Amino acid sequence: MTSLNPSSGAPRRRPRRRFNSAYLFVAPSVVLIAVFIAEPILQSAWMSLHDWTIGSADNPFTGLANYRSLWQDSRFWNALRVTAIYTAAVTVGQVGLGLAIASRLRRTTWYSSLLRTAYFFPFVASLVVVGIVWKFLLDPQVGLIDAWLGDLGVSNPPQWLQSTSLALPTVIVVGIWKNVGFTMIVLLAGMQQVPADLYEAAMLDGAGPWRRFTAVTLPALRPALLFTTLIATITGLQLFDLVFAMTGGGPVFSTESVVMYLYQKGFVEFQMGYASAIAWVLFIIILAVSAVQLRVARNRDGD
Amino acid sequence: MATSELSSPRAAADRRPGRPPAFRSGGPRRVARIAGRLGAGVSWLVVVLGAAAIVLPFLWMLGVGFRTSGDLYADPARLWPDQWTLHGVRAVLDQLPFTRLIVNTFVFAGGTTILLLLFDSMTAFALARLRFRGQNALFVLILATLMVPFQVTLVPVFLTIYHFGWLNSYQGLIIPRATSALGIFLLRQFFRQLPRELDEAARIDGANDFTVYWRIILPNAKPILATLFIIQFAALWNDFLWPLVISSQTQMQTLPAALTLFSSQSGVDHSALMAGAAISLTPLAIAFLLLQRYFVQGVATTGIK
Repeated sequence: MTSLNPSSGAPRRRPRRRFNSAYLFVAPSVVLIAVFIAEPILQSAWMSLHDWTIGSADNPFTGLANYRSLWQDSRFWNALRVTAIYTAAVTVGQVGLGLAIASRLRRTTWYSSLLRTAYFFPFVASLVVVGIVWKFLLDPQVGLIDAWLGDLGVSNPPQWLQSTSLALPTVIVVGIWKNVGFTMIVLLAGMQQVPADLYEAAMLDGAGPWRRFTAVTLPALRPALLFTTLIATITGLQLFDLVFAMTGGGPVFSTESVVMYLYQKGFVEFQMGYASAIAWVLFIIILAVSAVQLRVARNRDGD
Repeated sequence: MATSELSSPRAAADRRPGRPPAFRSGGPRRVARIAGRLGAGVSWLVVVLGAAAIVLPFLWMLGVGFRTSGDLYADPARLWPDQWTLHGVRAVLDQLPFTRLIVNTFVFAGGTTILLLLFDSMTAFALARLRFRGQNALFVLILATLMVPFQVTLVPVFLTIYHFGWLNSYQGLIIPRATSALGIFLLRQFFRQLPRELDEAARIDGANDFTVYWRIILPNAKPILATLFIIQFAALWNDFLWPLVISSQTQMQTLPAALTLFSSQSGVDHSALMAGAAISLTPLAIAFLLLQRYFVQGVATTGIK
């Protein structure tokens, strides 16, 4: 570090002032954050105010026109609806089922460890591998599910992902299937921090298993439940990989999520200004929903 | 958690008088107990069936990967192939530049994770242990960027990479992802908990900032660095949207993007696809089964998915 000390050169105004090596430590991250996160955030806001299309001669400033078009864009409203339904259903399913499974597998025995591993395993699979496997598992020609239904005597098995009414519920079930183990693990970690004498005390007071669950486990799990709910909501609102792999947004846009539409506008049609506007609307929705959830959690804590 | 101090003395007081747990043999109570046992049995059954439903698709994927497509069409109701063949593995090596894809994914996930841990730990060290002008402002800026979803920056970063001429290149895939606000935040919190005496003793012995960072802080942070490495590597190995946008040429794609585009071709060879999916899952599956503890810790502390 001493070689970088500016005072070793010509004796200037403040000879004792040494170069602070802290700047060297933060330099790589600061440069990367500035170039690839901070500046792009501002640029994205700026682009959303332009008719910015790759390949066109000029990208005129259009003010809020992109946002006004979004307001009237029925395909965008459809994407919002799909995303909202997916997020609500997956969050409730993932946290509810995760809680149920975690409380069943709370005690550590060889079989509960085995079951935990099974539930947690999809965590390491990518969403697109999960999506691809399920897409063909549900395929009417080669899929196992419809073949088994046929063996059971179902003469006309459902066309899961080819049906406009069934495609979204199917994607939701797969989303829960993928994420339930994640919630379970976080809640199990929370449960293991509940002191055992709380349960003993409750048992001596004559509390049954259900009462112990509601009076001891649930209150102690509040931070973990809030954490999993927030994570599930935020990742749900950013739904993309699973839909891309399973349905591509179809049939007839019935599974097209907001990020899917953003990708379509930005990276297929190259309307970067419009895509940026979509990203900002999504950002504001994520902020608002997270703020409401934190607010509700804090009010509950005040009871 | 705060209630534990309050109630434990009460628990101790309750234990001593020893409330009799014996009066539990009456008729209605017995019915309730049998119902409870039945309920517990049913819920165990559901939990076991649920776990089977989690594992089944992976078994099917393996099965399809090691049988021929003709065999699959002939009897789709069979989970497991009659005859195991390497047809799928050979076909995927044939129809995709598969070894290249594996190398790409390793370079992207491994290279990014190593750089990210280096840069994040350096910044976290400066934030936690050194003093410099703009320290608090930098920390607030990092926390603020943590809230912004990735999709907001995707379009401008894509344009930047395009102007740098970095599309379809390793540096384009790696450099923009080589730092993360969450990593800096988690490491800073961890470094702050390490005792100050460690640094001070080293400095008395003449250590400078770099020595303290490399010889004192990093060795003491091995558990959290290992956890972050595994979780971050897994997240990048599985990442989809970013490599999809940056690499359009098959030669520069990673496994998730290439497999997804392959799967949406009409008339795709199912056994090739599932063999490819199984191979792409293998490294993380092995790591998971060997190092499950680290995955659990990583998930519980970071929430990275």
